[in-house]
Amino acid sequence: MSWILAIGFLVLAPLLGGLLEGADRVLCARMQGRQGPPLLQPFYDMFKLIQKQSVVVNNVQDVLVCGFLIFVVFAGLLFFWGGDILLVFFALTLAEIFFIMSSCSANSPYSSMGAQRELLQNMAYEPMILLTAIGFYLAANTFNVNEIAVASVPAIVYLPGIFIGYVFILVIKFRKSPFDLSTSHHAHQEMVRGLTTELSGNVLAIVSLAEWYENILLISILGLFFLNGTLWSVLAAVLGCGIAYFVVVLADNVFPRVKWDAMIKSTWIVTLVAGGINLMIMELLTR
Amino acid sequence: MLGTVIFLIIFPFVCAGVLALMRKSGPYRKCTLFVFCAVIAAVDIYFIVNSLVFDETQEYLLETHLLDNVMLFLEWALFVLIAYFSIRYKKYYCILLSLLQTGLITYLELTGQTESHIAHLYVDKLTLVMCLVVGLIGCLICVYAMGYMKDFKAHHSEFRDRRSFFFSMLFLFMGAMFGLIFSNNMIWMYFFWEITSVCSFLLIGYNQSREAVDNSFRALWMNLLGGLGFAVAIYYCVTQLGMVNLQQLIDMGSAVVFPVIFLAFAGLTKSAQLPFSGWLLGAMVAPTPTSALLHSATMVKAGVYLLIRLAPAMCDTLAGLMVTTVGGFTFFIASMLAISQSDGKKVLAYSTVSNLGLIAACAGVGRYEAVWAGILLMMFHAVSKSLMFLTVGAVENSLGSRNIEDMHGLIVKLPSLTAILVIGIAGMFLAPFGMLISKWAALKAYVDTQSILLVIFLIFGSATTLFYWTKWLGSLVSVHHHSERLENITKGSEWFALISLSVMMVALCLTFPVVSSYLIEPFLQELFHTEAVSVISSGNVLIMLMMIFMIVLLPVLVHFLTLGKKNKIVISYMGGANTGDDRSFVNSTGDAKRMYLANWYMESWFGEKKLWKPSIVLSAAAIIILLVMVIGGVA
Repeated sequence: MSWILAIGFLVLAPLLGGLLEGADRVLCARMQGRQGPPLLQPFYDMFKLIQKQSVVVNNVQDVLVCGFLIFVVFAGLLFFWGGDILLVFFALTLAEIFFIMSSCSANSPYSSMGAQRELLQNMAYEPMILLTAIGFYLAANTFNVNEIAVASVPAIVYLPGIFIGYVFILVIKFRKSPFDLSTSHHAHQEMVRGLTTELSGNVLAIVSLAEWYENILLISILGLFFLNGTLWSVLAAVLGCGIAYFVVVLADNVFPRVKWDAMIKSTWIVTLVAGGINLMIMELLTR
Repeated sequence: MLGTVIFLIIFPFVCAGVLALMRKSGPYRKCTLFVFCAVIAAVDIYFIVNSLVFDETQEYLLETHLLDNVMLFLEWALFVLIAYFSIRYKKYYCILLSLLQTGLITYLELTGQTESHIAHLYVDKLTLVMCLVVGLIGCLICVYAMGYMKDFKAHHSEFRDRRSFFFSMLFLFMGAMFGLIFSNNMIWMYFFWEITSVCSFLLIGYNQSREAVDNSFRALWMNLLGGLGFAVAIYYCVTQLGMVNLQQLIDMGSAVVFPVIFLAFAGLTKSAQLPFSGWLLGAMVAPTPTSALLHSATMVKAGVYLLIRLAPAMCDTLAGLMVTTVGGFTFFIASMLAISQSDGKKVLAYSTVSNLGLIAACAGVGRYEAVWAGILLMMFHAVSKSLMFLTVGAVENSLGSRNIEDMHGLIVKLPSLTAILVIGIAGMFLAPFGMLISKWAALKAYVDTQSILLVIFLIFGSATTLFYWTKWLGSLVSVHHHSERLENITKGSEWFALISLSVMMVALCLTFPVVSSYLIEPFLQELFHTEAVSVISSGNVLIMLMMIFMIVLLPVLVHFLTLGKKNKIVISYMGGANTGDDRSFVNSTGDAKRMYLANWYMESWFGEKKLWKPSIVLSAAAIIILLVMVIGGVA
């Protein structure tokens, strides 16, 4: 079973990830009163990118970007195989560092700035990520995903605060907000395209692919909050993820001009308040 | 075996004496130093292997009246030395501190209350772990020092050449450390403890510049304060409990808090926890081998060694509360302060303080898993931190600066040293290497013991740690077009130390389960009288090994995947037109403008100005309150 899920992730995640991005863009457009691109637009973009020659600053970038993809996929495989959730997060951080290194190596002002910004984002959400893993451990008494998924009571019952905190950081992880985040392509801010300024063509395609994998992994972790081994809980997870995703997109559109300093402050406060209080209550319960 | 132990303690002192007499630099001194190092390392390894085969806790020396008197005499000699320097530099408070503790111990000795027939020397698995750290890493640092000091003298001709003194101090330090880790009698331990304090004072003041003298006195008074705590603990043990045996004290568990909290206090000062971190940060005025020695193999490791020894006695007591609170707090605060620093050595110093905080917190929790994490963390830290310090020193000699900003693009300028730096940095924080494994175990232990405050400190501290290391890593790997290679003036002896340490680092990452099952787990089973508990499951260890191999294979894999793929290489985009070498762009007036890429230091968020004073006040308050509670007899 665990192997089937892992292979399923490997094959289906790009498709779902692309669809998610397409749906996201449509949803966003509708919230802003626009028509928006077709649902399959991300796939068209992807095919076009793959066919293009890549223009890079040096040859190290290739290696580092591939490292990013490989470790994101590795983290996903580990998750769906049912491995240790902390290890999943560690692998994800490692992947992230490969990505940051690739843009540092370019030595261009915009990609450098993007790298520093990405690091800052990392620092903002890392505590909440670790807290999520700890929450699962306290709820199910194990770090193993395959055991958490079949716990008698779904984790969300114990972890409402940590769930809120996790959804909060998804806004950053899905590259929605802040306005001047590391790959921001908006006008009116200094990033140009940040991390990916010096990446193009098929190398950029690898980055997009890795991000699709990552997004699916992150949303699956959200789903893990609802699972208790029954078929109903899977439905609940899908529904819960859908609602949470809608909230994330809505939050981005309601607060479109949040800057990085507000991000780090608010994220740490939410982590401390929502996550910390939840943790305290859990500790009292399990005492 | 007793002979080997005594040899390990005495021989470094002999080496120190010989080297102090060899005033002239040259091949003779060089060879002598190398031979001494080789002998110590060889005997050290022989001793460890032999003890592992023998596999039993060993206790030696019952009757030592004469030795006790010799030590008492030497303690007064130390006092005279401290008094001499204090008067010479008008820092009289040090005399008072030193007089108090030496007087206290002398009183106990002369009234004959300390005579007891116990094993003065004691060897268990933790001692062996410390032998590995002190003996091997200490020797490598000494080897490195030989080549480094030559360049240091060339670069800093303003300081007097006192290299013979310097080398002799390094060996003295090693001897004191060996004495400390083998001692079971607390008075002996205290004696060696004082020697390390004085040694570090002399080493930090090596340059004899104004700053060096000030910093060395800061180190002295803080460590003397810790020594005073040690003496008070001994006084209580002798007068109230009638014993001087450390193992006996630990076996009493949480029944006696008073001596334990004072010993823990001494441990905190020596391991540079807040509010006593100042001395270790000031220590970087000394030449790099000193920093490496203080930060990795000796000094601070003596502090955490004592704390780990005390772990079972601190479990669920006020002493444990003090150590975990201060340790966790230090871990978090120091990692934030490290973000705001651009001096490479200072970042390393803060990272040492921060990591020691984590180790101290592990010891303070006092449970099997936490102590396991603490010991492993100590080993990884010793190897990677000495590697980092020595490499930064080598970079400084070649580059003329140790500022991280100047290390921008180092991968092109000094590729081989950069590779070693990358190994060191990866070992410090990155999955699946070294430190992260232990951090992971620590996290689990904190959650299991329901220490919420520690969990919060750890998760936020991990995030800030990630920030400053990755920032540094990013600076190193940025590739400048048309950069020139610098001449690498690193000497053979320095390379020997650097490569040995890198190999040790990688080997430790790959073999830590073996180290754990042969050294750490047997020690913990004996300490806690429990069955073996595997802290990290073998499945997860396998997955981590897989990750290491993936990282190693990555460049090869990508090379084959991209065979035949042609990338178009261009110069980087700068907003204005690039003038062709990635260094300058054409600005709005049509002139070439040089570009400078700086890292983020976030002074206004994490600067020393903002964080230092409040954290000193908070941590000092925590320590004072808990000490007063124990003295007042609340617990």
